[in-house]
Amino acid sequence: MSLTELTISQIKEGLEKKDFSAQEICRSFLKKIKEKNKEVFAFLKVAEEEALLKAKEVDGLISKNREVPLLAGVPLAVKDNMLAEGLGCTAGSKILENYIAPYDATVVKKIKEAGGVILGKTNLDEFAMGSSTENSAFGPTRNPHDVSRVPGGSSGGSAAAVAAEFCPYAFGSDTGGSIRLPSSFCGVVGLKPTYGAVSRYGLIAFASSLDQIGPIARSVEDCRIVFNTIKGKDPLDSTSVEIPEIRNSKFEIRNSKIGIPKEYFVKGIDPEVEKVIKSAVKKYEELGAEIVEVSLPHTDYALAAYYIINPSEASANLARYDGIKYGLSMDGKELIDVYLKTRGEGFGAEVRRRIMIGTYALSAGYYEAYYLRAQKVRTQVIKDFEKAFQKVDAIFCPVSPVLPFKIGEKADDPLSMYLVDVYTVSVNLAGLPALSLPVGFVKELPVGLQIIGKPFEEEKILQIGEVFEKTWKI
Amino acid sequence: MLTKAEVQHIAKLARLGLSEKELEKYRKELSSILDYIEKLKEVDVSGTEPTSHPLKVENITRKDGGKTEARSANSKILLEMAPDKKEGYVKVKQILNQ
Repeated sequence: MSLTELTISQIKEGLEKKDFSAQEICRSFLKKIKEKNKEVFAFLKVAEEEALLKAKEVDGLISKNREVPLLAGVPLAVKDNMLAEGLGCTAGSKILENYIAPYDATVVKKIKEAGGVILGKTNLDEFAMGSSTENSAFGPTRNPHDVSRVPGGSSGGSAAAVAAEFCPYAFGSDTGGSIRLPSSFCGVVGLKPTYGAVSRYGLIAFASSLDQIGPIARSVEDCRIVFNTIKGKDPLDSTSVEIPEIRNSKFEIRNSKIGIPKEYFVKGIDPEVEKVIKSAVKKYEELGAEIVEVSLPHTDYALAAYYIINPSEASANLARYDGIKYGLSMDGKELIDVYLKTRGEGFGAEVRRRIMIGTYALSAGYYEAYYLRAQKVRTQVIKDFEKAFQKVDAIFCPVSPVLPFKIGEKADDPLSMYLVDVYTVSVNLAGLPALSLPVGFVKELPVGLQIIGKPFEEEKILQIGEVFEKTWKI
Repeated sequence: MLTKAEVQHIAKLARLGLSEKELEKYRKELSSILDYIEKLKEVDVSGTEPTSHPLKVENITRKDGGKTEARSANSKILLEMAPDKKEGYVKVKQILNQ
């Protein structure tokens, strides 16, 4: 087994037994990146020097037999919309092309304290707006399973980096599926935590009532290790909360109830994807899980509500890029010209689309018909889930209705791109935790099962995912 | 379908400078997205409260006091990032007529 195939726990064990050093680990990932990043383009920036320095520091501690922190010497990648002090942070946008992060995001700070070795920053759809990573101002990331196809988005760089063995795990952010979709498309495990479970301080804000940071890794256990390291209340993010202790040590799959939303397997789903998902459900049934049909009647409307709420919040959050305080600044005769030129030049097509949709939805005379109505539909989406969760422990459905598509295939039709998010956005509207778990392939293309849990029941959905991983090889 | 004038108005509100060609492109694209969103009108929302946030927390406060030391160290770094500055301030173009 090559070093770049190892999981977090295996790296940790090897370091403790002195089978290899942190520097060796770091070098083997850097080597892989050098060989293959040109083709995959998962990394926007590789922080080679900083990473090797950190690895050396960890080796120093280990050689002195000092106790090392939990993730000491384990490399990772960070999506380029999270600040890591001293490194550039572009959000995939020309408007932040030369921006250097002045401080650490809380998740970055925590991972540094845990001894993590940051290998670099990964590519994303500009400001995390997209489902394919084609919207990056610096070029698309490619799916390591088939480089003519997209890796999913918006955390496509992070998922592709894990799949291509550039790192054992990476941070992603998920506003409407941006951790789960690329995890599904790249055949890796991704966890979107409950809204508020992980601090977002230092995450470039996109849609603040939906955004959440989470791990993308090679195994469920690795997702758990990273999630437990980064979770918790942070005084710097007033929307973060302490996760209540949930006593479910007695949880067993043969006593569990799994809900299947009847609305999720109707039209628009690729029959091959449906087959893989249904066979995964069958496997859980064989282990004794009770499969129950549930109903989420507002599914059809969730996506439409999402595409009002998301751009509305985005249009407000992105007002800060004005060419005055930082980032790109174009000169103009008057102040208004500075704004128009800077923002017209600095933002890409999808970002401009969302800003305009949001501006329209929030503008005088339209607020009630669009934004307020969408917020009310959001309430009904949440109620659907609450009702379903009275009967079941978790809900299973596909992450995506389609397989990874060809680069360029949906680029000219923004609406068809939005429809890819149909199974993921309602989870963000309701603030729930959800896991994307690889459960099979259609030819060489991976398919992910989405396991949705009740608020703060990350541990339960991780355990459910682990059962599959331990019982079946895909 | 949105009119060109409407797109122009939205772009101005959003402070986005668009070319003639772009106006036409966005007119089509935004219209098709808004058509899709129209389906929200089918939902009966009478008596439903709006949700702005999935968490049931509100009014998070902290002690009303600054962190002077950290702030002065940070403010230097942050100020450095501004494209135009003068004597420790961010400089902007004149916004009021003399």
